[in-house]
Amino acid sequence: MTNKHLELTGVDIDFPTPNGPFKALSNVNLKIDRGEFVSLIGHSGCGKSTVLNIVAGLYQATKGGVLLDGKEVNEPGPERAVVFQNHSLLPWLTAYENVELAVKQVFKKSKSKAEMKEWIEHNLRLVHMDHAMHKRPDEISGGMKQRVGIARALAMEPTVMLMDEPFGALDALTRAHLQDSLMEIQADLNNTVIMITHDVDEAVLLSDRIVMMTNGPAATVGEILDVKLERPRHRLDLADDPEYNHYRAAVLSFLYEKQRTPGEPIAQPAKKQAPSTPAADKTPETCASNSTVNSARTEKSPTDEQAA
Amino acid sequence: MSNIALKLFKALGLPEKLSAAQVIKALLVPLSGILVFLFIWNIAAQNIHTSLGEFPGPSQVYAQSVNLLAEHNRERQKEVAFHQRQDVRNAKKLEKNPDAVVKTRPYTGKPTFIDQIGTSLVTVLAGFFAASLIAIPAGIVIGLNKTLYSAFNPVIQLFKPVSPLAWLPLVTMVVSAIYVSDDPMFAKSFVTSLITVSLCCLWPTLLNTAVGVSTISADLNNVSKVLRLSWLTHVIKIVIPSAIPMIFTGLRLSLGIAWMVLIAAEMLAQNPGLGKFVWDEFQNGSSNSLGRIMVAVLVIGLIGFMLDRIMLALQKKVSWDKSVELR
Repeated sequence: MTNKHLELTGVDIDFPTPNGPFKALSNVNLKIDRGEFVSLIGHSGCGKSTVLNIVAGLYQATKGGVLLDGKEVNEPGPERAVVFQNHSLLPWLTAYENVELAVKQVFKKSKSKAEMKEWIEHNLRLVHMDHAMHKRPDEISGGMKQRVGIARALAMEPTVMLMDEPFGALDALTRAHLQDSLMEIQADLNNTVIMITHDVDEAVLLSDRIVMMTNGPAATVGEILDVKLERPRHRLDLADDPEYNHYRAAVLSFLYEKQRTPGEPIAQPAKKQAPSTPAADKTPETCASNSTVNSARTEKSPTDEQAA
Repeated sequence: MSNIALKLFKALGLPEKLSAAQVIKALLVPLSGILVFLFIWNIAAQNIHTSLGEFPGPSQVYAQSVNLLAEHNRERQKEVAFHQRQDVRNAKKLEKNPDAVVKTRPYTGKPTFIDQIGTSLVTVLAGFFAASLIAIPAGIVIGLNKTLYSAFNPVIQLFKPVSPLAWLPLVTMVVSAIYVSDDPMFAKSFVTSLITVSLCCLWPTLLNTAVGVSTISADLNNVSKVLRLSWLTHVIKIVIPSAIPMIFTGLRLSLGIAWMVLIAAEMLAQNPGLGKFVWDEFQNGSSNSLGRIMVAVLVIGLIGFMLDRIMLALQKKVSWDKSVELR
């Protein structure tokens, strides 16, 4: 566990604004193993997407940096494929052509035409889109578009797959379907995945670890929660699973108690979560013992005391 | 009658089966607008007296348009007759002496109204294509680079509102100085009109292309970056398709301007097109002149409208989101 697959070390980023630089992230440290599924969770505007964009190479860290298999990341590339929140398919191309654009770019030297065709179709089959691969994005539903987006990312054979709230814009049923598909694919291919989400259930269901971020400005990693649920996971079985509910409550308590944004009317939902807090009180223990925490920041201390 | 209506509906892009209320809306309303216009025109024309007589009303204009068509047909017959006479003469010559050198002279009759329409169309399309060929690539390059955009924007804004009449003397002098050839492929008047048209219709396409290119969604740009697309692939696969709607908006504006500018340019450059027709009729000053100019005015309007429709059809064909609608 010493030689990490993906490593973010002391990442700071400043965005220039008319009123001087705005520090969005401060000292973000994160180490991720090969094949690990990591979720980033936190309130809106806390810099989750910024972390992802830095790993993707779309933003450059002001301080610190990202190492992928020992190499510094400083520009975007297909080995760190991104699944964008709003699918970002080219609307004038069919699903097949969208994937083809990526495949042609990545494998133009290593695959023959027939191999490329087979590979494109294989990836579309993987996300269950082979029946509609010659349709354009505006002829298919939102969930199907997101499937194609995932197929495009998978087809690049990325070392790390970066997903920016991939299911955020979808209805609950479609989201559940896609989460199941993603778990299947992940079990098959054992990709390293970093996913941003707002959805606590999604994070617990899919992740090996959940990285909870503090509120911006100068956001950083608040807590890291190891999710030690056995795979394959089934959402129905997990609904009544006490362990699952522990994890869920831990994330909720982080989001709604420790990181409640002042000024935002979040007080209501926070109160609603109150019944689950007894469980939450226990979880920091598990969390602290299991996590490869680099954080241990002040936000944690009150709960630690409670737990003690 | 219903057959004509059907064809008209098709041409206007209306569904073929319509209820009575839709027929009234689609056909009778515009028709009544035209009738009201003709009525007002008629009344107004009768009350305007010029040194060339009464201002032409709808009936005079109709008479003149019939006249112009007849003149065209007469001229064509003359031309055919001329060529026949020449062929007969040459055949006779060759009969007498098989080694004789025969000369075939072109017909030199004056261009008719229809010929002038043709010349105008050729000139405007040539000028428009020349301008588009420069404006679209330039717009893409400028739109993709913020520095270039801020560098060239003032220049573009400066030249955009310049009238063709201001350019024309300069263009005329430059063409006379540079376009020197013993056997010119194009007449100087044609080249002058073409360049003037190009100079004036360059700007809308250039600006709209630049804006269309610079407003590509950040997500698509990110896709391109993650894929590490080369500059050329990026432009072909992502930039141009997403800027197509804006490019066409520019092209349609440009073609409209080109057609307007052309008439003025032809008047002054004496390119044998509609502009020259209007000018010649004005100089001619017969009692029919105003009526003939009015015919030209209506034809100019009609052609301008048709050019725009053609561009629209083309846009529908090329544009990806519209083609889905058409299906």
